Amino acid sequence: MKRRALPLLTLLALLLGWEALVRIAQIPHYTLPAPSLVLQTLAANFGSLAGSWWFTLKITFGALALACAGGVLIASVFALSRTAEAALFPIAVVLQVTPIVAIAPLILIYVESTTAALLLCAWIVAFFPILSNTVIGLRAADPNLRDLYRLYRATPWQRLRLLLVPSALPYFVAGLKVSGGLSLIGAVTAEMVAGAAGRETGLASRILEASFRTETPKMFAALLLLVLTGVLIFWSFEALSRALLGRWHASEQRD
Amino acid sequence: MNDAIVSLEGVDKRFASGLLALSGASLQVAPGEFVTLIGPSGCGKSTVLRLAAGLDVPSAGRIDAPALASEAAQTAFVFQEPTLMPWASVFDNVWLPLRLAGASRSAARARIEAVLAAVGLGEFAAAFPNELSGGMKMRVSIARALVTRPQLLLMDEPFAALDEFTRQKLNSDLLEAWQAQSLAVMFVTHSIYEAVFLSQRVLVMSGRPGRVVAEVAIDAPYPRPPSFRTSAAYLQACAALTQALETSHAPAA
Repeated sequence: MKRRALPLLTLLALLLGWEALVRIAQIPHYTLPAPSLVLQTLAANFGSLAGSWWFTLKITFGALALACAGGVLIASVFALSRTAEAALFPIAVVLQVTPIVAIAPLILIYVESTTAALLLCAWIVAFFPILSNTVIGLRAADPNLRDLYRLYRATPWQRLRLLLVPSALPYFVAGLKVSGGLSLIGAVTAEMVAGAAGRETGLASRILEASFRTETPKMFAALLLLVLTGVLIFWSFEALSRALLGRWHASEQRD
Repeated sequence: MNDAIVSLEGVDKRFASGLLALSGASLQVAPGEFVTLIGPSGCGKSTVLRLAAGLDVPSAGRIDAPALASEAAQTAFVFQEPTLMPWASVFDNVWLPLRLAGASRSAARARIEAVLAAVGLGEFAAAFPNELSGGMKMRVSIARALVTRPQLLLMDEPFAALDEFTRQKLNSDLLEAWQAQSLAVMFVTHSIYEAVFLSQRVLVMSGRPGRVVAEVAIDAPYPRPPSFRTSAAYLQACAALTQALETSHAPAA
């Protein structure tokens, strides 16, 4: 009870303080809108913002799904072959350490479809935690259990399904929690670079567009939707982690 | 002893690091026999078990063991740690050897329940390993080893991490399980008292590189109740084994 109530009360206090500050200091809404005005703006513009929200969600979850598929696939290749890992891992690191805002303009030049370019940018940001965690996870199986599987003549498929995948699962889930947030950041960053071009636009373009028109309350309204999305992603992966690992893994044990 | 289930003749084992673990190790274990290997740390006792399980190959010499001859799992291994899969229930952990051999859950159920009852864990089939005590986890590990009804059970200091009380209880239960099945056991331990309580024969190994340097037969009949630990025969055997260890590990004059 206390664990849930405390952050909620803190948040509420902050919002009330913000509202009071804006009213007492009479700050103009184009500088800092009060939370109540942000909510009003969100309600009034929800129809048009919802479309952009949906677009950003598509990019975020599309990139995350591709990051899972790509990360796990490449990790499996690395786990099978140290040579492949030695050859390819530096490239993955290069992709990871290059700031996405710096390469997004190039990707937008080379990739014709804006949607595909945005997906690619968000994917580059999101796939690395899944890749590196899964590589470690696939190697984390207990050596004695590996021996036991050999002793009982397990087939490679049985070894993968019954030993390697469950051993790697906690590592994969930890990577997924990081990548979930990163894919949203990647999607928004790429949209920022892409600007308001194209017919379909996401929340980042709406923020840019509103800033050109000094519609500060609308910027906050779009931001609120992004924050909600991020929090929802975080919560759902926490729940997934509990469901998958709660019964047996130390990371989910409560006392 | 040509009908031996395990036989090592002049076996050397040198690891990739260059370490010579075994040099000229020879021993035989008869079907259904309970044999213990005893010796100082690093003398290659565990290496002998791994060779007999086919998990390592010797650098020289000859080994005969069921794990090297047949396709079916005639050999079971119990490690020092329980080595259970933490994500699987007790039932599923014990199912593993049968499952790897292609037996479905329902086909294996009767055997799994019987072996769990035999190790005193009949009511814990649905529990997860992290909900069990150290001694119970080791019982699960033993149940998993016994469920295939192997001809040979290899045990690598299985009770070393347990408290004395649990250890003595598990020793008695292990003997009971051994007598119920026609099973040869190769048991590795540091403990003279454990070796004497359990075994028909104790093989004493030299320090690294290891080989068998002495043999002590424990003639006391089975079943051996806990009171065996206070009998004159037990104390005599402990003294004989202590002396064999001291003779073979006397510092070079």
